[in-house]
Amino acid sequence: MPYVVKRTGFYALVVFIVLFSIFPFYYAILTSLKSGTALFQVNYLPVDFSLSNYEGVLSNGVFPTNILNSVIVAVVVVAISLFLAVTAAYALSRINFAGRGLLLLTILAVSMFPQIAVLAGLFEMVRWAGVYNTLFSLIFAYMIFTLPFTVWVLTTFMRDLPIEIEEAAIVDGASPFTIVMRVFLPLMWPALVTTGLLAFIAAWNEFLFALTFVSNNSTRTVPVAIALLSGASEQEIPWGTIMAASVIVTVPLIVLVLIFQRKIISGLTAGGVKG
Amino acid sequence: MANVQAGVPPTDKALDVERKGALARSDLSRQRLRSAWLFLTPMLLVLALVAGWPLLKTIWFSLTNASLADLEGAEFVGLRNYWEYVDYGDGEGEYFGLLFDPQWWNAVYNTVYYSVISVAIETVLGLVFALVLNAEFKGRGFVRAAVLIPWAIPTIVSAKMWAWMMNDQFGILNDMLMTVGILSAPIAWTANPDTAMWAVIIVDVWKTTPFMALLILAGLQMVPGDVYEAAKIDGIHPVKVFWKVTLPLIRPAILVAVIFRALDALRVFDLIYVLTPNNTQTKSMSVFAQENLFQFDKFAYGSAASTLLFLVIAFITLFYIKVARLDLGGRGK
Repeated sequence: MPYVVKRTGFYALVVFIVLFSIFPFYYAILTSLKSGTALFQVNYLPVDFSLSNYEGVLSNGVFPTNILNSVIVAVVVVAISLFLAVTAAYALSRINFAGRGLLLLTILAVSMFPQIAVLAGLFEMVRWAGVYNTLFSLIFAYMIFTLPFTVWVLTTFMRDLPIEIEEAAIVDGASPFTIVMRVFLPLMWPALVTTGLLAFIAAWNEFLFALTFVSNNSTRTVPVAIALLSGASEQEIPWGTIMAASVIVTVPLIVLVLIFQRKIISGLTAGGVKG
Repeated sequence: MANVQAGVPPTDKALDVERKGALARSDLSRQRLRSAWLFLTPMLLVLALVAGWPLLKTIWFSLTNASLADLEGAEFVGLRNYWEYVDYGDGEGEYFGLLFDPQWWNAVYNTVYYSVISVAIETVLGLVFALVLNAEFKGRGFVRAAVLIPWAIPTIVSAKMWAWMMNDQFGILNDMLMTVGILSAPIAWTANPDTAMWAVIIVDVWKTTPFMALLILAGLQMVPGDVYEAAKIDGIHPVKVFWKVTLPLIRPAILVAVIFRALDALRVFDLIYVLTPNNTQTKSMSVFAQENLFQFDKFAYGSAASTLLFLVIAFITLFYIKVARLDLGGRGK
């Protein structure tokens, strides 16, 4: 094959990959900027620039509250899981004790739990604790997927740090808690940012628990709010509004992901490929 | 490598110093051991509360006659939710329970069908993406960023975006395919029984191929460059190099990625629930369980479905841990 053909073929593939990846979101933005009957004409390029869908979704209804709920839940979940995971990861990676392998295995197993397997039991617990229809139920329930993941990734990260860094502190008689806070924490910011971000995204996107443990419109998080957005009648799905809401909740995530691109890729592969 | 046992390395000094050192060492390791458990307890407690106990409760509910309105009054009924033979007398009888429920088996079939096909497509496509991203070319950073976008988009949002694109009257997908000439008339992707499952698979492939590609890319980047150099000098055709060298070397990475994705696919809920609501052709095991639990007021029956799904995934997880030969001792590779 001549070089030119090969090169063209390769770039055609690259263009296909880029279009495949970004076109649906591009089309969602394009739709969200349409108004009235323009919505029902298929366009490949922007023809309209109306913010009415955005005004609609942000001004009336509870959508802004839903966004706030999602932010609260995701931030608190990330904070709690990181705090619990840093100390646990220190114990799991730097201290030798019997049963460590088994513990790691259990944590890995929990990270594979299908959410549906605990749904019935959690539902009973949530009702019993009186947190049904509150954000507490979600903050608690989300620990099931953020905690094992953060512990696992932070353990892998801490394990690879050299012994020397804590030697001096041990000789000086620093307590393990001081060692974690003073020696490890400053070194771990990159890993904390990555795992925190991945946990944030997971909590932000969660649907099944949010659908089950909250039935109140103003307590819902955004995924459920978007899934339940409906028009005046069954036939009238408000596509413009749905697309505007979708763009609003997705843009911050995409910005974060693009900024922390490299870190996210390394975090994802640490959770998967590296043992 | 990370076994930190003692900070003080052994010295050649006098014996009593050594002995003192040993004493201090055991003191130290005891102190470290204590703090290890102190550090682990809160995390383990939360995991036990949020995963262990609810799982046991779900299994318990599957053995009772619990209903949504009366969870406390649940009574033990044995395996009746899974398997029950009702004798009508005169030698006639009928089997009931989950294992004899055609709707459950339909959900199992849908889930397996969806998992096998979507993971297969994602693996092949992910491999292609990874090979492209592994090549040197102008704008690679941009392509890598673009590929991350579907992964970052919440599943619910992807489902809605695609539901709109697949709309039978105003959807751009029909428009595209009709312009190209593949379709002669628009189709209702998500509502039509013949295409509903494919609609789900298309969205899933779109959303998770990037994840697959990144995992495979990580494997590709561990292949040493001199392998390719050598093959090039020997004049071996690149296609042959791919099949004989690259693929065997990245097989472990692909295998782990496939199992990871398969586990995810088997518990699919969000995508199907939002993209094709109330559709028998796409109903997955998770959707079946959720419906029984909270919509049909068959809490115990739904718990039984959840338990079975859990068992399936547990077996695959054990298999994965064996295959991946995870290094759990923390002794490095």
